[in-house]
Amino acid sequence: MITLPMYLTVAAALFTIGVLGIFVNRKNIIVILMSIELILLAVNINLVAFSVYLHDVVGQIFALFVLTVAAAEAAVGLAILVTFFRNRGDIAVDDANLMKG
Amino acid sequence: MNLSGALSLALPELVLTIAALLLLVVGAFSKKAISMVSLGAGLALTVAAFLAATGPAGMQFGGSYIADNAAAFAKVFIYGFSAVAILLGDRWLKRLDNQSFEFPVLIVIAALGMGMMASAGDLISLYIGIELHSLALYVLAAFRRDDARSSEAGLKYFVLGALSSGMLLYGASLIYGFAGSTRFDVIATAVQAGAQNGVLFGLVFLICGLAFKISAAPFHMWTPDVYEGAPTPVVMFITTAPKLAAMVLIARVLIDAFGDAVEQWRQVVLAIAMISVVVGAFAGLVQKNLKRLIAYSSIANIGYALIGLSAANQQGVASMLVFMVLYMVDVTGFLACLMALKREGRPMETLADISGLFRQKPGMALVMTVLSFSFLGLPPFSGFWGKFFVFRAALNAGLWPVAVAGLVLSVVAAFFYLRVIKVMWFDPAPQGAVAKEPVEAKAVAIVAGLFSAAGIWFALSGLDHLAMNAAAALSQR
Repeated sequence: MITLPMYLTVAAALFTIGVLGIFVNRKNIIVILMSIELILLAVNINLVAFSVYLHDVVGQIFALFVLTVAAAEAAVGLAILVTFFRNRGDIAVDDANLMKG
Repeated sequence: MNLSGALSLALPELVLTIAALLLLVVGAFSKKAISMVSLGAGLALTVAAFLAATGPAGMQFGGSYIADNAAAFAKVFIYGFSAVAILLGDRWLKRLDNQSFEFPVLIVIAALGMGMMASAGDLISLYIGIELHSLALYVLAAFRRDDARSSEAGLKYFVLGALSSGMLLYGASLIYGFAGSTRFDVIATAVQAGAQNGVLFGLVFLICGLAFKISAAPFHMWTPDVYEGAPTPVVMFITTAPKLAAMVLIARVLIDAFGDAVEQWRQVVLAIAMISVVVGAFAGLVQKNLKRLIAYSSIANIGYALIGLSAANQQGVASMLVFMVLYMVDVTGFLACLMALKREGRPMETLADISGLFRQKPGMALVMTVLSFSFLGLPPFSGFWGKFFVFRAALNAGLWPVAVAGLVLSVVAAFFYLRVIKVMWFDPAPQGAVAKEPVEAKAVAIVAGLFSAAGIWFALSGLDHLAMNAAAALSQR
């Protein structure tokens, strides 16, 4: 029997991996995009697990919204990445320092 | 209420949705119609603001859409400032030979998302509103595709914005799971019965995610870079409307849904507010670039707005709303000056660029001086009244240590505003003629300056009255 805390633990682990993926990884923006997807999917596991546990369908509807928005977000992110690549010739985050900070 | 009644409640958003879709088609099929698209977008925003101000109040779509005084107050200013951003941005891009119809359409879509944020009544519409306006803003920040700094700004904004959306969403999922619903009023009932740790844990994540969106420290790292790299009209847009929308949304979540957990969230909000004010004041001291300066100034000012909010009563929310509106007018005027001023074809962006401005452009220098004094909070100008209201609300709520600290730090921040004034009035001007200012940027700058110096005396009591009504709508539930 898989209980709610197990789902929550998996989701929390995925969420942490995603956040660490953004902060620790300093090389590649594609990896950052993958980390963002990981975060959103962790949230979806949470939502669907809660939805089943609460016998309430709203959580699953929320998860569908999240999936849709995640797709749009990836599209916008990749589009911005393409303009960045055209201007710079590479996508290494290390070099994204025209402005200090 | 039937469907048509429900739809009539959401009329401002429907107008904007239809306008955005129509204008996109018009722009795609007619290459010459760019100015028409901008005009149409401005018109749609004006109509939506009017409808929001006069429309009926109520709650529809299963509680996920709320039209009340707070939403109406926010929407009038959000749509108004979006229209100003279109006016300034369209002409600005035209002078760069980069005019395109996507710009007004993106602003309309962002305004639509912000309208949803102001009206959000549950976690799903909160998330959709935030994403709708964020995605449009990422693209706007990277709008100058051939400029490396602009696309870098867009990329940084996107990465950190997406991270913040993820945190917000994780918080929302925890709140949903432990409170048992996504609706704010049901969450409020659950919190009233005793807030569980899971709900509070979720709330902290939600506040962190929203703090990213309003660029409050310690979640401000994107702000200076995005402000420096993004096109100036977009900076003006990012600094004004989305911040107001997000502040109203925060107020609605904290007061409506978590009104019975004030003691728990107040510590978090106050910590964020104080860190923002400190970071904004001290980091602003070393800035040479005026757009970075505005970035740190906006971080500090969001801190003051959060101090007002953390009073957690009607007066506190009203002071936050008044403060935000007055600050939005000031920052719009200041950035309009930066858009208007050019030396030898190069926009003035650094402190060195504006030195000696008083001898070359006394009118613009006077406007920038007035607005700097207003940022600083000097008594006759509008910025003073914003800070006065916020500190009064904080004192009445017994938060006097915070008010004192905020006052001291605003003296620290005064240094860099005074330096701007000193550089303009007393430093020698560099070589090179200053170009003639474009009409619309000059007009916006002068109107903002006049409002800040004189108009505030006529507008203040009305504004305070409207803000009190708006705040009453939030705190009554």
